[in-house]
Amino acid sequence: MTAAHQTLTTADGRPLKAALVRAQRRARRRAFLLVAPLLVFVLLTFVIPIGQILYRSVHHDGFSANAPAVSEWFAATAPGTEPDEAAFAALAADFKAMQAARTAGVAATRVNYTLPESRSLFTKTARSADDLVPPYREAFLAIDAKWASPAVWQAMRSSSSAYTGDFYLASADFERAEDGSIHRVEETQRIYVQLYLKTFALSALITVICLLLAFPVAHLLATLPMAKANLLMILVLLPFWTSLLVRTTSWIVLLQSQGVINSALVAMGVIGDDGRLPMIYNQAGTIIVMTHILLPFMILPLYSVMRVIPPGYARAARSLGATSWTTFRRIYLPLTLPGMGAGAMLVFILAVGYYITPALVGGADGQLFSNMIQFHMSKSNWSMAAALSSLLLVGVLILYWLYDKLIGIDNLKLG
Amino acid sequence: MPLPSYADPLERVWYYAYLVICTLIFIFLISPILVIIPLSFNAEPYFTFTEKMLSFDPQGYSLRWYDSLLTVGMQAPDIPRGSTWYADMWANAAWVKAAKNSVIIGFWATILATGLGTLAALGLANPLMPYRRLVMAILISPMIVPIIIIATGMFFFYSNPCGLVGLDCGRLTSTYTGLVMAHAMLGIPFVIITVTATLTGFDQSLIRAAQSLGANPRTTFFKVIMPLILPGVISGALFAFVTSFDEVVAVLFLAGPDQQTIPRQMWNGIREAISPAILAVATILVVISIALLSTVELLRRRSDRLRGVTGR
Repeated sequence: MTAAHQTLTTADGRPLKAALVRAQRRARRRAFLLVAPLLVFVLLTFVIPIGQILYRSVHHDGFSANAPAVSEWFAATAPGTEPDEAAFAALAADFKAMQAARTAGVAATRVNYTLPESRSLFTKTARSADDLVPPYREAFLAIDAKWASPAVWQAMRSSSSAYTGDFYLASADFERAEDGSIHRVEETQRIYVQLYLKTFALSALITVICLLLAFPVAHLLATLPMAKANLLMILVLLPFWTSLLVRTTSWIVLLQSQGVINSALVAMGVIGDDGRLPMIYNQAGTIIVMTHILLPFMILPLYSVMRVIPPGYARAARSLGATSWTTFRRIYLPLTLPGMGAGAMLVFILAVGYYITPALVGGADGQLFSNMIQFHMSKSNWSMAAALSSLLLVGVLILYWLYDKLIGIDNLKLG
Repeated sequence: MPLPSYADPLERVWYYAYLVICTLIFIFLISPILVIIPLSFNAEPYFTFTEKMLSFDPQGYSLRWYDSLLTVGMQAPDIPRGSTWYADMWANAAWVKAAKNSVIIGFWATILATGLGTLAALGLANPLMPYRRLVMAILISPMIVPIIIIATGMFFFYSNPCGLVGLDCGRLTSTYTGLVMAHAMLGIPFVIITVTATLTGFDQSLIRAAQSLGANPRTTFFKVIMPLILPGVISGALFAFVTSFDEVVAVLFLAGPDQQTIPRQMWNGIREAISPAILAVATILVVISIALLSTVELLRRRSDRLRGVTGR
């Protein structure tokens, strides 16, 4: 009876509970130490760069750091205040400093985000900074009449703080009016929201096409005997392992107007020589090539689910009187849902961020959101690129989180 | 799935239609990869089959595009092919340089990704690992986050990597180190996934058995753990290498003129003056990927056998 009240101990006499806790703590620490080097590496090369994007999307001190005097005036006055002589004097002082330090371009870059084409105004004024003598207002107007425009002052006002939401406003097709109010840009200039929607719509379309193409193939692979299935699997895995650029090149060769398919069709007399089909350098090209590239990502998860569906279920349904269509719809299809979900989410996530293929075969109307980010990067519009990247990142991370919730990243398999 | 004997005529028709559909989809998958192989031997600078090629006239075929891979960029491509010519080719030919860069960057990125990734996968396999799910999600995310965003962020970060702590230690753009780090990071998810897959079903008591028989942690790792996870590690390494070998966006954003890789050269070729030389490179890359695919498949089967997993 007394034994039950005694605490269990280890061989060297310590209480078992404490020893177990210690051992667990040690195991936990060891596991963490194994992961730690990689975590630090990924933090450095991945998390911090992403953080810098987020920071740059709300921070740009090009104007506020180089034009401190007038920035101070903006801070002290209410939005929409008419610029008085003090404001012009502050601006003149800033321009003289900027001309000496050759930083007018940097400040202009910031203002240019809010009011396009103000760069020339800045560089022109900086060049004649020596002419800026009292009365300052007249001196500025003598250099360029645009200095009287409230739009320019509004743009400078929104540039005068280092932290700004302007880049997000611009990426949602909004702009600030002269009085500081926010409204949507002209209908003809609304590009970002439309592009965002188009990227999601095209990705959804590609996902659906992939699903339709992958289903019969995965089913065939899953029901064939192992030896044959493994042989056919090579046809799925080879594209998966082949360089993306190689596959894109191949499609250009196949689809271009002087390419293999068009030439074959002309030779067979299906189409005339002047009726060659435009299948590439447009939206159709993007869809065809991306479907081809992403198809294995759909086939593989579908296959691994279909492989383990017992064939007896379908036979049982048939023997109980179900037609083959009912068997498929009521028995087989629901059992494949996990595979369809996993494949569809993976394909959709990868499609939303696709860059290389649309850039090479997309032409004018097959460009996706990523290409817009690259466009701004190439124009050194880094803040705009950062804001657009952040928006895309949010979309992708929501999908990734959903994927983890529904399917679990542990179930991600390759080949 | 063979047709059951009780199938009615409509089902028979549907069954054969289904086989035809599957065949067409397989053709869709594989034909783009196969079609470039004969075209890369085209004697003419066209991207379509010439009549001579279709009639199997030897004159319609040539190795000129493969030869141009060696000569483009050379200082004196026309001199007789002796040791000077080969030295010139090795030092100056654009594609040779690109291949060298691709191999160097790929090699170091693979070493880095595989080393760090394998250790981390061992830690993640332990159910006691704190924040296991979150850490896993972070480590896999370079595969999920669009490459353009990663490249943009790296471009910002590399232009002044010490800026965060207020120092200035030069830039990482246009350096091999920078590219190796970027490519290693992109390859890590693949290493984690493949090694974790080999570790599922890994019998933890084997480690305890080794320890109880007197093995120290090092011996346990090299004699017990390593042989069992080696197939996964090698597949992961191959994935990481292919990722680096095929990567173009980070190179576009971060590399200088000295770090041009094969994909970067192909990118230029596709965007600007597309020449059949691209097809010759593509053919070589297809052959390489066939070799890699066979290796990975053999490894996977070996791993399944070792772990006693039957079937796929």
